[in-house]
Order: sequence, then C-alpha cells, then structure tokens
Amino acid sequence: MMRPPDLAWLPPAEPVAEMLAASREAGSDARLAAFRRLAGGDLDFLACAKLDRAFAAWRAEAAEPALPRLRLAVLATHTVDHLFPALRVAALRRGLVLDVRAAPYGQLRQSLTDPALASFAPDSVLVLRDTDAAVPPLPPSAGPTAAQAAVAAAVAEDAALWRGIRDSLGALPIAATVIERAPPLFGHGDATVPGTPAALLRRYNEALRDAAAGERVPVADLAGAVGRVGLDRVHDPRLWHHAKQEVHPAAAPWWGDQVARVLAALRGLSRKVLVLDLDNTLWGGVIGDDGMAGIRIGQGSAEGEAHAAFQRHCRALRDRGVLLAVSSKNDRATAEAVFDAHPDMVLRRADIAAFEADWNDKPAALRRIAADLGLGLNALVFFDDNPSERDLVRRTLPEVAVPEVPDDPALFAARLADAGLFESVAFTEEDASRSDLYAANVERKAAEATATDLTAFLRDLDMRLSVRPVEAATVPRVAQLLNKTNQFNLTTRRTTEAAVSALAADQSRVTLCARLADRFGDNGLVSVLIARPAGGDTLAVEDWVMSCRVLGRRLEDALAALLAEEAARRGARALAGLHVPTPRNGLVADLYPRLGFAPASARPDDPPGATRWVLPLDRRRADDALALFRLEVDA
Amino acid sequence: MTEAEIHATLTRIFREVFDDPTLVPTRAMAAADVPEWDSFNHVNLIVAAEMAFGVRFRPGEIDGMKNVGDFADLIARKTA
Repeated sequence: MMRPPDLAWLPPAEPVAEMLAASREAGSDARLAAFRRLAGGDLDFLACAKLDRAFAAWRAEAAEPALPRLRLAVLATHTVDHLFPALRVAALRRGLVLDVRAAPYGQLRQSLTDPALASFAPDSVLVLRDTDAAVPPLPPSAGPTAAQAAVAAAVAEDAALWRGIRDSLGALPIAATVIERAPPLFGHGDATVPGTPAALLRRYNEALRDAAAGERVPVADLAGAVGRVGLDRVHDPRLWHHAKQEVHPAAAPWWGDQVARVLAALRGLSRKVLVLDLDNTLWGGVIGDDGMAGIRIGQGSAEGEAHAAFQRHCRALRDRGVLLAVSSKNDRATAEAVFDAHPDMVLRRADIAAFEADWNDKPAALRRIAADLGLGLNALVFFDDNPSERDLVRRTLPEVAVPEVPDDPALFAARLADAGLFESVAFTEEDASRSDLYAANVERKAAEATATDLTAFLRDLDMRLSVRPVEAATVPRVAQLLNKTNQFNLTTRRTTEAAVSALAADQSRVTLCARLADRFGDNGLVSVLIARPAGGDTLAVEDWVMSCRVLGRRLEDALAALLAEEAARRGARALAGLHVPTPRNGLVADLYPRLGFAPASARPDDPPGATRWVLPLDRRRADDALALFRLEVDA
Repeated sequence: MTEAEIHATLTRIFREVFDDPTLVPTRAMAAADVPEWDSFNHVNLIVAAEMAFGVRFRPGEIDGMKNVGDFADLIARKTA
C-alpha cells in the first residue's frame, strides 16, 4: 500500500458532494467560493477527481469564473493524464483556472508540429522526462569525459526542445528535473563512478538546472521535491510497469500542488507578505503574562531555540524580498518592546513592514495590513499557532492563504517552506545583482579559509561584542550558563534564577554579560563574569563561565581587559581570581597566569587544589585583544 | 473481514471512482458493464482498494482482476 506525501499545510478536506450540494442554488460568486474553499483542503486523489469533474461541469454551464486562466500542454515520456484532476484542483487552490492537455506520450519532438497541439494554443508547455528517457545508458566503465558528453547531448536536446516550444508554439517552456529512481550499481560508489545510471541522472539534473537558468526557462524541480518526501511515496515501480505511471495516482495531489505552485508563480500569483502572530508563534509563551524574562526565545531551551530558528527563516524570507508583518492580540507597546529590547530576538522592529497589535479581530488587522502596504488580500499569508484564528480568517477572508501550523515550533520553518506560497521562478535584474552579492560572499569565505594568521582570521570575523550587566531579560540565560557550563568555568558555583535576579540589583558587584556576534550570525549571550569587592581595594572574580562555542576568539582576554577597566573606574587597585578544579574544567587551570595574573597564597578553607591569583592593576599588560572586537559596553 | 464488509467498502470505492452514488456493484459486474471502467480507472480502483483495505496487489493479480467478484475474493484472501 502506498502512503503518499502529506500536504500537511492544508486544512482537512471537507466533504465535496455535501458542500457542492449546499451551494447548488447559490449565485455564481458563492458557487465559485465553494469550489475554491473545497480546493483549499487536503483532498485525496479521488476527492480531487470528484471536485475537478464538478468544476468542469460548472464551467461548461456557467460563465467562466473571473480568475486568471492558463493553458498548459504537457509533453511527457510517460503517462500523466491521471495527474491532471489534482493539478487543476491545485491550480484553483492558487487562484488559477487551468486547462491542460497531454501530447501523445513519448513524442516530444513530434508534438511541436502537431496541429492538434497548435490549435490548443498553450500558454506554457511543461516537459517531463523520466529515468529511462533522460540520458542513454553507458557502460559502467565509461569515464568522466564520456559521461559528461552523454549528459551534455541530452541537455542540448532539451534546450532545442525549449526553443522549438518558443518558436513553433509561441509558448513558454517549463523544464522539470527528472525523478531519480535508477537503483545504484555500486551503492555509495555511484557518487564517484560517473557512468552509472544513478550518476548520469544526477549529473543530468544538475546540467538541466544550469541550462534552464541560461535559457531563462523556469524549472519545476521535481527531483528536489521528491528528495524531501521520499521516492517510495511518489513512485511505484509496479504501476510504472503496469501503466507507465511515473507518479502514483495517490501522490497526484502532492504532484499537482508542486507543479501548480510553479504555474501560479509564473502568473504572478505567489504571495508577497508573511503576516506573523507573536505569542507562541514568534516566541514561546505570552508576553503579556510571562513578561520579557518569561517568554522563550533564543538560547536557554529547545523551545526558545526553535522559535529563534523560525525567526531566522522569516528574516531570510525578508532578505529575499518577502514583506513581513505582525498581527497580534496584544498591547502594542508591550509587543513592540520585545522587538526593541529582548536581546535574543532575531527579528527587529525595522524588519516588520506593518505592525498590528491591538485587541480587535484579526481579519480587521489583515485588511489594514494589506491597505497599508498597498497590496490585495491575495498577497497575504497568515501564520498563527491558534487554530480558531486560522479558521476565522479562512472563513472571512478566503483570499488570504492560511497554512496549518504544527504544534511543535521546531517544525514551523519547514511547514511554511513546504506550503510553497512564496514560490519564485522568474528571473529579474535584481536577482542577477543579488547573485553578484553572493559571489562576493563566497570570495570572502574563501579568503577566510586560507587565512593562516590567527589575528587576521579573527579580525576577518568582524566580531561585535556587547557587554551589559545582568538584567531581567537575561536572567534565565545567565542562570543557565552558570549552571550548565562545565569546561570554561572557574569556580563551578551553581545558582538559581532568584539569586541571579538579586545580583542584578546589587550595585556593589560587577556583572559582565557578553554577547558575541560575527559575520556568521549571532552567538547570543556566551559569557558571564561576576566580581565583588573583596576588601583591600581588590575586586575578586566569583564566577566566570564561557560557552565553548566561542573558545579561541580571545574573548577571555577582552573580558579581563574590560573588567580591569571597570575595576580601575571604581577605584580598585587589583583583580583577584580563583580556580577551583573539577574533573571537567582543566581547560581554564592556567587561565589566570595566561592573563598575566601572579600566584597568590591559598586560604585554609579553600577547596582542595584551588589556586588563587592576583593582578595589580598598575602591572597589567597592554592588551591587543580588545582591538579584535567592535565594542558596545554598558557595564 | 466478512464478505459483507468487503462488499460494502468495495461499493463505496466503485461509487467514488465512477462518481455514481447509485452504482450497485454485483459480483459479475465487469469492465464491459461500466462505460467508465477503462484501464485508467482500473488502476484507480486498484489503488483505492489497496488504500482502503491496507493490501498490495502483485502485477499479475492486477491484470487478473476482471470483475467485482475477483476483487472481493482476492481482498478476502489478503485480509484473512
């Protein structure tokens, strides 16, 4: 039995026959709305066929619906007719009325001069090959030159076909990568043996992507899409042998949605704005109840990490041109403060093009967002963890795309990507200049990889160091660092959040909480140093921990220098340090001598093996480490 | 699974595939009796039955199922 790929972003299917019966006597608009609402559900292949038949019958008897239309011809080396009902339904889901026709299968070149196809007058022509009809087989002993020649010849044939589609049919060709289903000959060895069927297919798909980019032909990357869901859920060898079906009928809704999102993108129907909820969507918890220190975002919990990862995905979407907006039931000032002040937020207020936070209903907020941005409601995607909000928006604003949101925030980014709502296949000048930017980045990374001098390497990292005292928003992360860090931990004193909160109020202590960002991203709050006056003009370090992920950055040197500056500012004359050995903190046994501290005498009540160190401030070395960082200090 | 249960589910599948809510499949009903029962819908029947009954038919069995009775007997054997 086949388990087809899930379309988990779609809401559950509604009963086709009942809903259509209920709208039978309704006006044309309501009837179309019923068809579109049904098409938006997670229909299986038989329900797709049923809806498709009913929609075709309605189109035949009523006037054409006021939606964009597209005429698609499919030139394929295998059977595709069984996929068309689900393809038409998926197109309707994306606001497109699709007429589709298959040329006789296996006759790609002949179809170009087929009068029947010419009279169909397609707008676009999709070319679909399969594993057996992509690259002619070579003996496994064929070397890289023969393999490359075979692949180049196959792709040249495709390119000729695309030109023929443009010239003979006046239509836009759409290429598709071939579903890679040749079984490996050498197993993993196929990765390095160029002439095997699996290797040829992989190379063919790569060459096809390149050639299509060069010819400005959009690509339906079916191989890539299958890679994400698994070959066994799309292709059934038995049905290939029985009916030359490359795609299993049960997988038709998935296949149809993949192709339809490319067609919709070509028609400019991709979405442009991602409207995000806040509580339990962008962060864990409710800001109004839990406060700045209580919400989960960033380091400190898997939940917080998952929300931060989702925020990074949203920011990446923003960077590729998708507008971000917020719709939240919250006090506006409270909600905006998180963007302005929470240190672990990835998204900042400036990333949000329209910000709606009040206690009114969300459809009203979505209307204002669309109006503020000068876009239609059909440009919006609404992402909200609350099922009742999603349902309300689907019912009142059917133009807005509302993907289902999983319970687990770790799955948010993949779910949004799977929904394929921001699909882009067109080439623009802007894309081209963006590519230049990427090329420059690649060069920078290459330069860094060859940097042998450590200082030059660190300077190239463009490290930004922010040092602040403990504050309410950082209490949980500070407590976590103090309690969970085992290696770079000088005294291994465990603590509680209450005790850390008390520190924040203690003016006599110096607390340095260091955040480190670099060209590769924000490492977050990575080091905590706590010192207290110890009499005799000495400032003694009680706790000092650092996350292992930033070892080797000379951050410890920089923090020691900053502590010395702060100590001098407070009128102290020396720093004191203590190392209490544990089975796991040998890493920092020689930290103080490396920083220029001199040995001091131990005290009778010191733990066994503990060492004490002192640095008179007038004897401290000039330190070049600070110059490696761009500093933001607020001690 | 009883013969009656199998028949009830098969009836639902045949009605869905042929989009005819009044269809009453009999054991003797074959492709020649239903205009829409072409090779295309034969595969759809097979796939729908596999998903409904949680079974898988071999290629030889797919070719051998000529009427509703063949479907029901094979499913009875596979779900026994």
